[in-house]
Amino acid sequence: MRRGHNYLAGAAAGVWLLIIAIPLYAMVSSSLKTRTDFSNSGPLALPTEPTLQNMLEVIASSFPRYLLNTAIVTVAVVALVVALVVPLAYVVVRNRGRAVSTIFRVFLLGLAIPVQAVAIPVFYLISIAGLYDNLIGVILPTAAFCLPVCTLVLSGAMRDVSPEMYEALALDGGGSFRAFWTLAVPLSRSGIATIVVYSALQAWNGFLFPLVLTQSVDTKTIPLGLFDFQTQFSVNMPALMSAVLLSTIPVLIVYLIARRSLVQGLMGIGGK
Amino acid sequence: MTRLSSSPATRGGAMRPPGLGWAAPATLFFAVFAIIPLIVMAWLSFTTWSGIGSPAFVGSENWERLVADPAFQQILWITVVITLAAILVQTPISLLLGVWAAGGGRTRAIVSAICFVPLLLSSAAIAVLWRGLLDPNFGIPGELSDLFGGSGNVFASQWSAIIVLTFVSAWQYAPFHTLIFQGGARAIPAVLYQAAEIDGAGKVRQFFSITLPQLRNSLITSLILGVVGSLTTFDTILILTRGGPGGATTNTAYFMYTTGFLSFDFGMGSAAATVLVIAASLISFFLVRSTGYDRMTSEKEGV
Repeated sequence: MRRGHNYLAGAAAGVWLLIIAIPLYAMVSSSLKTRTDFSNSGPLALPTEPTLQNMLEVIASSFPRYLLNTAIVTVAVVALVVALVVPLAYVVVRNRGRAVSTIFRVFLLGLAIPVQAVAIPVFYLISIAGLYDNLIGVILPTAAFCLPVCTLVLSGAMRDVSPEMYEALALDGGGSFRAFWTLAVPLSRSGIATIVVYSALQAWNGFLFPLVLTQSVDTKTIPLGLFDFQTQFSVNMPALMSAVLLSTIPVLIVYLIARRSLVQGLMGIGGK
Repeated sequence: MTRLSSSPATRGGAMRPPGLGWAAPATLFFAVFAIIPLIVMAWLSFTTWSGIGSPAFVGSENWERLVADPAFQQILWITVVITLAAILVQTPISLLLGVWAAGGGRTRAIVSAICFVPLLLSSAAIAVLWRGLLDPNFGIPGELSDLFGGSGNVFASQWSAIIVLTFVSAWQYAPFHTLIFQGGARAIPAVLYQAAEIDGAGKVRQFFSITLPQLRNSLITSLILGVVGSLTTFDTILILTRGGPGGATTNTAYFMYTTGFLSFDFGMGSAAATVLVIAASLISFFLVRSTGYDRMTSEKEGV
């Protein structure tokens, strides 16, 4: 679509850019300040003598352990989501039966189930299963709640594989399995990339399930660790800001690499 | 939302469609960790359970206590206020930004890329960041005390605490809704705007007569996700206000958490969670029905 100059929307975007960018700047700048510098000049001024002391203080805390736990949870959640959603999206696109369409509808309804609402029953079920304070107990429900969005995104992407290609493969004597591995999977790579990035973000940033399903340092993830640091570093704002900054660096790196697939995929939610 | 059948030509393949077995693992997994918990939640709301041992059936006791509690009515009211405020602030901002960003070009791409960053951060990181920036002693309100008035403590009164929560949730979620509108606006056929220009319609007229009606599906998707999301605001409240001052920002989700996980009254917590699920489903259902969203095939047909 083509829009000419729209100064009103342009100005609004400029204001919003400042609203987004100033806090991010304040986070970076505060984390580089000494405590004296910070209490003299506040969060908005540039650091007078930039220091990495705060970062080192955070790294010397339990932060690396939280980082490891979060990485384990993220890798496991992504693996589970991909293993479950890719075949599901394939059958949703290729099988027009009533049963499959009902299943797809259930996943769409799942979009409206709030994670907060199931915190207590999930805690109950995970406790019965003996998985309380265990990373597996965090991984399973986190992956489950990624399924609705991922199914929606990936079935949208797989639908773009043209039917003629399946017909050609069928003439060639290929069955469902071969079509899955030689057509559906390779041709929906961008959709798969989107669900990888989306589920990785959900797992990396997840707060509620780790909050109610774990309690010890050995199972704490980064978002929960930040919540702890808030009390621990309550008078040491530069260290707290360093912890927030360090927690976001891995995500920002992924964003720089995979921005396109995430943005395009999520845009599809509203566009289709 | 996505339609199930794309084109009749898909049926033409000689290949037998893949069987239900392909859907079984995901369906079972989702049932165990998302559907069954809903049933367990409803059952727990009729029991008393402290987190240790087995839940004991108590009939409708939790529900009677909840309905009779004037504090819970206050909580529901706060939930409604926080949700409405979030929707009223973030929807117009995202709509405007989304339509603007859909225009393409280098500037818009760069601005969009920066504005997207909050979507990547955890709500914990965002809340801790804002809690620090708005800290009465070390933060921005202290520096700019003229702007923020007297004490500079934005967490001290109910209204300023709600304004902070609304602002922070808009900061966090507007990028996501912007993307939804951006995707929708990109899909609007340019020919509609060309026709409008020939008819002499200005930018504002074009926005209200073409863009807005064409973005109907995007708007409903955004509203449903936004309402359900704000209705269940939790992480932000826990970290920014702890439900305070004096319970003034305690919404249903936060009440569910404190009642269950801090007061160990999981039966009552489950009753509150059930209220939340019922409210979220009713609102989604109502939005879908009242807008005819479920009947819509494609608004782009015939263009």
